[in-house]
Amino acid sequence: METSTTMDAVQAHEHPRLRELKFTLVRIFRNPSAVIGVVLLSFFIGVAIAAPYIAPPKYAHAPYKMPHKGFSPTPKPPSERFIMGTTSGQYDILYGVVWGTRTAFKIGLLVVGFAGLVGVTLGVVAGYYGGWFDEILMRFVDIVWSIPLLVLAMTIVVAFGRGLENIIIALALVEWRWYVRVIRSEVLKLRHQEFVQAAKLMGVSDRKIILRHILPNSIYPVLIMGSMDMGSMVITASFLSFVGLGAPRGYADWGQMVALARNYIVGPANNPLQFWYTIFFPGICIILFVLGWNLLGDALRDAFDPKLRRR
Amino acid sequence: MAVLLTAQDLTTNFYTYEGVVRALDKFTLSIDHGCTFGLVGESGCGKSVTVRSMLRVIQSPGVIEGGRVLFSEQAGTDPIDLLELSEEEMEGIRGDSISMIFQEPNAALNPVLTIGYQVAESFLFHRTAQMSTRICEKIDGGVSFGLLTPLYRAMLSIAAKSPKSRFLKACSRIPLLRRWDTPVKDEAMRRAVDIIGKLGIANPEEIVTRYPHNLSGGMKQRIVIAIALACHPTLLIADEATSNLDVTVQAQILQLLNDLKKESISSILLITHDLGVVAETCEKVGVMYAGTLCETGKVEEVFSRPLHPYTQALLTSVPKFHQEGELQSIEGSVPNLVYPPSGCRFHPRCPKAMEQCSIEKPELKELRKGHFVACHYAEAQVGGLV
Amino acid sequence: MRKKILELKGLEKHYPVYGGVFKRKVNSVKALDGIDLDIYRGECLGVVGESGCGKTTTGKAVINLHAPTGGTALYYPENGEPVDIAGMSNRQMKKAGIRSRLQMVFQDPTTSLNPRMLIKHIVAEPIKEQEKLSARELEAKVVSILEMVGLSRMHLMRYPHEFSGGQRQRIAVARAIAASPEFIVLDEPTSALDVSVQAQILNLLDSLRKDLNLTYLFVTHHLLVVKYISTRIAVMYLGKCIETCPTDELFMNPLHPYTHALLSGIPNPEVTGNSSRIVLEGDVPSPLNPPDGCRFHTRCPFCIDICRREEPALIDVGGGHSVACHRQDSVAALVEERYGISGYC
Repeated sequence: METSTTMDAVQAHEHPRLRELKFTLVRIFRNPSAVIGVVLLSFFIGVAIAAPYIAPPKYAHAPYKMPHKGFSPTPKPPSERFIMGTTSGQYDILYGVVWGTRTAFKIGLLVVGFAGLVGVTLGVVAGYYGGWFDEILMRFVDIVWSIPLLVLAMTIVVAFGRGLENIIIALALVEWRWYVRVIRSEVLKLRHQEFVQAAKLMGVSDRKIILRHILPNSIYPVLIMGSMDMGSMVITASFLSFVGLGAPRGYADWGQMVALARNYIVGPANNPLQFWYTIFFPGICIILFVLGWNLLGDALRDAFDPKLRRR
Repeated sequence: MAVLLTAQDLTTNFYTYEGVVRALDKFTLSIDHGCTFGLVGESGCGKSVTVRSMLRVIQSPGVIEGGRVLFSEQAGTDPIDLLELSEEEMEGIRGDSISMIFQEPNAALNPVLTIGYQVAESFLFHRTAQMSTRICEKIDGGVSFGLLTPLYRAMLSIAAKSPKSRFLKACSRIPLLRRWDTPVKDEAMRRAVDIIGKLGIANPEEIVTRYPHNLSGGMKQRIVIAIALACHPTLLIADEATSNLDVTVQAQILQLLNDLKKESISSILLITHDLGVVAETCEKVGVMYAGTLCETGKVEEVFSRPLHPYTQALLTSVPKFHQEGELQSIEGSVPNLVYPPSGCRFHPRCPKAMEQCSIEKPELKELRKGHFVACHYAEAQVGGLV
Repeated sequence: MRKKILELKGLEKHYPVYGGVFKRKVNSVKALDGIDLDIYRGECLGVVGESGCGKTTTGKAVINLHAPTGGTALYYPENGEPVDIAGMSNRQMKKAGIRSRLQMVFQDPTTSLNPRMLIKHIVAEPIKEQEKLSARELEAKVVSILEMVGLSRMHLMRYPHEFSGGQRQRIAVARAIAASPEFIVLDEPTSALDVSVQAQILNLLDSLRKDLNLTYLFVTHHLLVVKYISTRIAVMYLGKCIETCPTDELFMNPLHPYTHALLSGIPNPEVTGNSSRIVLEGDVPSPLNPPDGCRFHTRCPFCIDICRREEPALIDVGGGHSVACHRQDSVAALVEERYGISGYC
């Protein structure tokens, strides 16, 4: 541009994609909530990676099984041996919280990954081609919308038994419906955009149009939603664990640990906060984890908002 | 001729992520009573920002940094500075003494309200007191408004004095009492029908009951004009009012504006990028470039003997009926106003640029009678007022 | 005799309107209601008319971007048999090697360029569809095309939003000519641009047409622009072509009353003092239910009985001038008598 020669000189040696990425990152990190979100999530990622060092597993073949010393139902307060104390059944709270971080990421990534992949693929195809495939798919999605999560989860657990993977399946089976709708509406908007029409005129195949023109312009709402969903999936999984549909007893999972502490949320009458540690540590982890993803999602939304992005 | 509106050193900045956009830089302009003034310039040169600053409807992140906007409604009276009025006083001026027509009639009309209501609203907002007095006089003269006449008389005499009083607002919540303004509303509706009829729309009684989506583009623009004209403004600002319309409809609207000006409005400020519209409808013209006024004067004068290189280039770059040879274009593009060029903002694209141009910002000077130019080159050529 | 490139016969584009509980077709928007038009090699045919008259639809239908619903559009390749492209799919056209021959430049360059692609990739896309080139050859070709439209190598690695409106339109033009077309539909290519930039683009388009031997269909509502760039003009009203004629002839001797109204309504940037114009009453009727007889009769100042009953055919009056009006012989005299206008040039 003739007018911004000074800017050109600065930017000349940078690859444009890098410049674009920088621009987006600057936008994201101008937002204080994004910084908090990223700090929280980096903390959890750090914990998840360093889990074997923070809390060395007792059984190498099954690290997610929480070690427990004894079977006493009464929790024990933090001590030198158990820094965060033990919960009902004498499970080590620290161990559960640390390995539970890995479980949380596992749930979030698997559910969002599956739902996103299925949802985006179906949504793009339906939105781009339209016609009967779109009609049938969307009616099918309507049917899926009518399935309550709890009923589905119970059915699956009854059929296949209690286990984390069954919860993940149940969540993924209902979650993809969101992605289909969001991406389809984006694609419908883009389908008639002039740059897509121009590509058609040049004889570009549908597959290339989708990959080059449609997806890069419609994927952002999905990223934002995926980020928000990472948190909400973990909270839903915790809830299912809490009601007894989730991970089996003794599995390192925050929901499971809250479930174990169910009877000790309120202590004896003279000291109601006696067992605070049983509920506090797993509880705060769930809250911060969800908060982190939500703040990040919020910041992404601001950063990708096309109205704010360019002058 | 008496001056109606003057903008002096108006400066408006937009604080965006990219930096401070210096949209208006010491902008100076004056409009006379009874004059049709055309403000032309390319998109992004600050035409709309100018009027929005003058009416103080700049949206965030825009901030009016300085200057004065002097407005004297009656010729000869002391001007008031619009930038110093309170927001409430400004509301009384917008839509009353100064009103505005926007480019997009669809955005200016509310799709869920009837045409009649939207036109009448303008009367209700600005003319409740006047209409109340009129109705009180009628009641005193023996005209009956049905059973509630005594109530109307009592309430309207309050409304005649202070139409926005708290008491009346409170009354509007009480059953029966809240019907005090029925005669005023009826009167406003009658006036709405009246003014729509005056704009050359067939059966206005029927039109007032319709909704905007029932009308065509040209018709909607007429309604917008009706709303703007409702209170007989002294200045009508038309911001690209005909740009989105077809040639034949544009011809209708321009003719309408011309007729109206003779009858009811004192002055029109026409903002457009179409030089043809200015040439055909305006008496005076101001040419804007990148937030500054480069040249202003009588249309015939400016268009036939332009002094500023930008005006000259602009005039040779539009196709004409008698086009000879190739169209000349201006090299380069409009500057990014985050980094405005130093000195004269046109100098990087100016074929006549001198050394001085990049250093010193030229002042607007009267180089011929009534013909003001802000250009060092023109100044050197003409050499002051001839 | 000039060689034809496209021959439209009764080309139609109706958009169905669905209604009722069962979404049955209740009516159709007759955006393009049977137009006959020949387009010759090397010319620039201007299509003018008001919004909703079907000029953009014409542009999209002739290159089969929106498949026409009726009629034929014969394409005469440089050498070979004419093909009716009206019923072909994009894939068939690509196989026949004619898809890239018919291109389009859109009105708004901000929406016609993919915001997430580099200029290099935008311009390379049509080239890649046609031939396999090595990365270096491809880049050289992209640069040579960019240079044809007045851009340079330094613009390769930029995104569209880093350019001004005029430059973006240049990129859009570059993309269109990268497909090595014979025929380009230009859909209001300068309407979204500034006055001072408009001239640059018009001059660029004009020189490209001569250098590359292109044929243009220039769709616009701006008559002075069309006068500047076109060799021939077709005037449209409500989905019909009502007058076609060489440019100078049209401005000198228009025959249809609607053409008169359009020409007299042009705001003239030269201060002349006389500005008598024909101000038409009312608005364009809805293309859902176009009026019987001549479509213009509802607004025509010279309407007589026959206009309400019979639809006039487009007839050749000599000199490449065709018009569809019952009173074409007397219109000029009527206009002069009533409005005092004689000629617009």
